[in-house]
Amino acid sequence: MARAAKVAMALALLFAGSALADDGAGRTPVPNIPKAKGEHCVRDNAFMRRYHMTMLYQQRDATVHDGVRGGDFSIAGCVTCHAVPGADGKPVSYSDPKHFCRSCHTYEAVSIDCFECHASKPQEPQKAAATNTSGANDLAALNAYLSGVAK
Amino acid sequence: MTRLVDMLERPEPNRRGFLRGAAAFAATILAPGVTLYAFGGEAPPVRAPGTPVSSKVRWGMLIDINKCGDGCDRCVTACRDENGWGSGGSGETASQWIRKVTLRDPTSGAKREAPVMCQHCAEPPCVDVCPTGASFKRADGIVLVDKHICIGCRYCMMACPYKARSFVHEPIDDQKPWAPRGKGTVESCTMCVHRIDKGRAPACAEACASEAGGAMMFGDLNDPNSEISKAVAARANSQIRADLGLDPGVRYENL
Repeated sequence: MARAAKVAMALALLFAGSALADDGAGRTPVPNIPKAKGEHCVRDNAFMRRYHMTMLYQQRDATVHDGVRGGDFSIAGCVTCHAVPGADGKPVSYSDPKHFCRSCHTYEAVSIDCFECHASKPQEPQKAAATNTSGANDLAALNAYLSGVAK
Repeated sequence: MTRLVDMLERPEPNRRGFLRGAAAFAATILAPGVTLYAFGGEAPPVRAPGTPVSSKVRWGMLIDINKCGDGCDRCVTACRDENGWGSGGSGETASQWIRKVTLRDPTSGAKREAPVMCQHCAEPPCVDVCPTGASFKRADGIVLVDKHICIGCRYCMMACPYKARSFVHEPIDDQKPWAPRGKGTVESCTMCVHRIDKGRAPACAEACASEAGGAMMFGDLNDPNSEISKAVAARANSQIRADLGLDPGVRYENL
């Protein structure tokens, strides 16, 4: 009899627990992490959860002081893949609670200063096209520059 | 900027005249062999990915102010568009990474204009005074602010004899991903490090060459075979406030 009660209680607890975990709007709030672009992140989820800040620090120093660019852990990379579209379909900035960084950081009550300086959303396509490093643009710029120097 | 005017007035007629003649001769020979490291013309080309900057290179600029157009501010607008410093202050507190300075010689009435930005000194006073180590010189001679470390004390702005640095007074939104800037930090010309790291010339030099007089020559001052080194060696040029011994990487012709 006592054993049956224990099992029933355990089952009830299990059910209650899974119900809470399933429903983000339940009694215990859980961060609602928006889906990102692409197949997977630059590292697996467990690694990114624990070490993303360390990796960002490391890459920022390499970039600013040694000019090493294009590593896996660039903040621009995070912002590009994890951009969340707002009501108007354009990516939201950090000021919006839907921003992918805020979805966890607000929950954890950890404030970050990254976006006081860094862009918190990807560059708009038409502006990016004007400054990107595609071959044709580079060649045109090179020719223009060289002809200017030769003058 | 009164000292700039003093420099214009300094009489050196004989030496100048001689060098000007030499420069005209040198320019005709040099013009066909235009190669720039920024575009991978010769070794060392663009750094391999993951390689840190090397002190074998020293990026610099040679600005011929005879070619600098009257009232032309293409370099300034190009810099502003590239780095997005149009916001973050108004009036006297507005950021200015590069500006046009007008030089007048009161005796002859001669008037010239020159772009002035961070001069990327070999001995930068801003780095000397920085209390936190935020102001630093990269191995390839580019003087930068590490805004992660900058506390916004503005000592470097006081120390800079070229008034090259600005302080961001107001919150900023919509920065360029390649040019982070924010309230409470000091900023200045970065010589477009993000472009240099990809093997491109700074935005001002590129815009000046393609859309204006082609007054700005960018290249490696440490390589004796680079276009800029040959020009610096062949033609009369000067550094602003050379008397301070800071050895700026930006040099001016016909100043």
